[in-house]
Amino acid sequence: MTEDNATDTEAEDHGPTTFLTKYVWSQDHKVIAIQYGLTAIAIGLVALVLSWLMRMQLGFPGALEFVDQEAYYQYATMHGMIMVIYLLTAIFLGGFGNYLIPLMVGARDMVFPYLNMLSYWVYLIAVLVLVSSFFVPGGPTGAGWTLYPPQSILEGTPGYDWGIILMLTSLVIFIIAFTMGGLNYVTTILQARARGMTLMRMPLTVWGIFVATFMGLLAFPVLFVSGVMLLLDRVIGTSFFVPEIISMGEPLAYGGGSPLLFQHLFWFFGHPEVYIVALPAFGIVSDLLSIHARKNIFGYRMMVWALIGIGALSFIVWAHHMYVSGMDPAFGFFFAVTTLIIAVPTAIKVYNWVLTLWRGDIHLTIPMLFSISFVLTFVFGGLTGLFLGNVVVDVPLSDTYFVVAHFHMVMGVAPIMVVFGAIYHWYPKMTGRMLNGPMGQIHFWVTFLGTYAIYFPMHYLGFVGVPRRYYGYEDIEFIPQSVHDLNAAITVAALFVGVVQLLFLYNLVWSLKRGELAGGNPWRATSLEWQTPNTPPVHGNWGKNMPQVHRWAYDFSVPGADKDFMPQNMPRQSFEAADVHKLDPDPPTAGPPSDDPALPPREGEA
Amino acid sequence: MVLAIVLVLIVLITVLFTFYSPWWFTPLASNWGTIDDALIITFAITGFVFVAVTLFMALAIFKFRHVEGRKAAFEPENKKLEWWLIGVTTIGIAGMLAPGLIVWADYVKPPPNAGVFEAVGQQWSWSFRLPGKDGKLGRAAVRFITDDNILGVDPRDANGLDDLIIDGDDLHLLLNQPVKANLRSLDVLHDFYVPQFRAKMDLVPGMVTYFWFTPTLPGSYEILCAELCGLGHSDMRSLVVVDEPGDYQAWLSEQITFAEMIAPEDVPEDMPEEVAEEAVESEQQPEVADEVALNVGPSTALSAELSTGEGTTND
Repeated sequence: MTEDNATDTEAEDHGPTTFLTKYVWSQDHKVIAIQYGLTAIAIGLVALVLSWLMRMQLGFPGALEFVDQEAYYQYATMHGMIMVIYLLTAIFLGGFGNYLIPLMVGARDMVFPYLNMLSYWVYLIAVLVLVSSFFVPGGPTGAGWTLYPPQSILEGTPGYDWGIILMLTSLVIFIIAFTMGGLNYVTTILQARARGMTLMRMPLTVWGIFVATFMGLLAFPVLFVSGVMLLLDRVIGTSFFVPEIISMGEPLAYGGGSPLLFQHLFWFFGHPEVYIVALPAFGIVSDLLSIHARKNIFGYRMMVWALIGIGALSFIVWAHHMYVSGMDPAFGFFFAVTTLIIAVPTAIKVYNWVLTLWRGDIHLTIPMLFSISFVLTFVFGGLTGLFLGNVVVDVPLSDTYFVVAHFHMVMGVAPIMVVFGAIYHWYPKMTGRMLNGPMGQIHFWVTFLGTYAIYFPMHYLGFVGVPRRYYGYEDIEFIPQSVHDLNAAITVAALFVGVVQLLFLYNLVWSLKRGELAGGNPWRATSLEWQTPNTPPVHGNWGKNMPQVHRWAYDFSVPGADKDFMPQNMPRQSFEAADVHKLDPDPPTAGPPSDDPALPPREGEA
Repeated sequence: MVLAIVLVLIVLITVLFTFYSPWWFTPLASNWGTIDDALIITFAITGFVFVAVTLFMALAIFKFRHVEGRKAAFEPENKKLEWWLIGVTTIGIAGMLAPGLIVWADYVKPPPNAGVFEAVGQQWSWSFRLPGKDGKLGRAAVRFITDDNILGVDPRDANGLDDLIIDGDDLHLLLNQPVKANLRSLDVLHDFYVPQFRAKMDLVPGMVTYFWFTPTLPGSYEILCAELCGLGHSDMRSLVVVDEPGDYQAWLSEQITFAEMIAPEDVPEDMPEEVAEEAVESEQQPEVADEVALNVGPSTALSAELSTGEGTTND
């Protein structure tokens, strides 16, 4: 409760003292966040290397001898699953969610710190189980990240014996970890906000993470259930997903199951999952654009409702992944309509981002560069999504490189741009030092232009009709030589982009000791995490005095103010005319803040 | 400043690339030009939005870049503008969706005069079945599969006896004749995909899926599998030949029926030798799978040792 927090003056006395409790078995959300972040980046590096190996095969077939068909499909599967679940989901929610929620809403920590710690360690186990599949007989599963049965559990697919079992087990463990973290995030946001921090004053970062976590709590159980069912099909021979079939000339003991059922369950999770990754990115990028353009986010309330609207709609669009799956084609009408409707709130967000730039005071800092590149990438990926959502247009494009290009643009590159922007933005708060600028510039430009060079032309391979998930294209008649040349060029670009990520990692380490000292609020930002008494914030975050919130997070360049930002915990000033703050019911105060102002209670806000 | 210029250049390159790069639709060979049209409408609307948003952003970055003394405007919302944008977006969405749905209605409903063929997928090869003179395909299921009855046609169903079974050979289709493809898989998911026809659909074990098209250009086209189906996915190919009526009838008359296939000794004496051989060859089903498995390399111990089926379901 906020009241309890406000009087909790002994919080800093509870700080852990030994190395082990401070940095390893830590219950501090900031340490857990960094553990989550580093683990996610580490496993992400594995996925990055896998993508190089795949690109080598596609660009220069046969150049690497060990990349045979089996290895290729294993790499593709592991690359996809790691990037979507173990990197992006983990870093946005476990990483940024953990770090930012308590700081941004003005809490001392997550409400269940022990559970929070457990969440990380269980996540780590999930990662280790996943990685272990590289070392078992048969290697990791090569079923594609969608794991569609019957293929995923039958011979003929790499890793059908051990790999798939470990993959499903790892997912189940991951979901347990996520649930522990997710309940924590939602509860903290609802219960532990600082006094005065109404829901409609929360930074959009918190809103994005909040809605995404809520969605995750609804969507992941579906994956959990389908994962368990598929495990049962594989291990004890149930037939949830497998009908009567013949595999490699031998009839199997299955009968009566439905492969389509798995697809429905998978995408009922899988489509919200896209937004579980995207919404935190939306939130974060809204804040970065606003802060670095020194201007309030345009249409805050609409932005909040758009987040909620996207979150809700994303649960009724899943079958747009299944237009040519063989499901009743009549579903196509419904899902095409819902899918294209979701473009409306999404477009609102885009408009509001670019309108935030308009008439701003744009500082092209590195977080800002990444944010703007996110908008471009996301617009591109969002628009190509309309092709695939528009049912009949999806028919020629589905399972071609258009799909690969689309989802890499929209849920690979775009969120990763935000991850980078966010790291450059909050690194100073996490470490007290700025990341190196010139290294950051190189990192940005190569990543931005390089990823565009990879994925933009790839869409046209889809127009040609080049099918995805192919090990080789050498002797396919309709594919001209120019496609092979383009594939080689894309591979070269991918290698460049990959290598420059190593520079980024180097920068993370280098700046830890040698980066410019940041001070408490280097970006002159308004949200609470920049107003902590210590940087990096210490255990308990706020020292003796809990923050009290008086305004929304976007009071930039307010007319009449002497500075171009007014922190959320700054009391209302006498010059702040009421009409400027239509959004904000707080009455202006002339004198110093009173101890117990009539701040809005939480009733009726949700 | 640099960023603004780069954004403008990106727009420029994107537009020029679209018109001048060599990568575009593979020439159409079916009736589904309407799909291409719906795609072009979507392309035009989304392309316009991409150009407009990116240029607007470039302009904003150029015009409002930080210079000494600049102060941002304070404008929390603008209801009128926001509702306008929602309205225009909705119209744009409807403009894409409507043609898409109209064509989809066409796509899911084969015309009454459509013929039918069946494509059967298994790791990693295609087989086909055409109805005989009765114009009907007999029932089929995995449980009927034997060495002779490779596609599992129900021997008790009279409709199936005259069905033509095409195994390990090209599929022929009649030019300008609408045709419904019934799709069946014996093992895992596959997808019947001919880029020149635009249309495609998954094969799902345990059910029959379908789509339809009219081949409109004589020639032969590769059939690919477009749904990941295991190691041999990219090698799962066949050929569909679109014939003029004369050629088609000639081809049709060379095919063997299901009745002939389940009783190979009944193959008429006067049948051309090679066709008779084919009928016999096609009994050795797993051959294709073995071949692919061997290509994959020694690390994948596939069907050869696992022919007992042990360890597949119950370990």
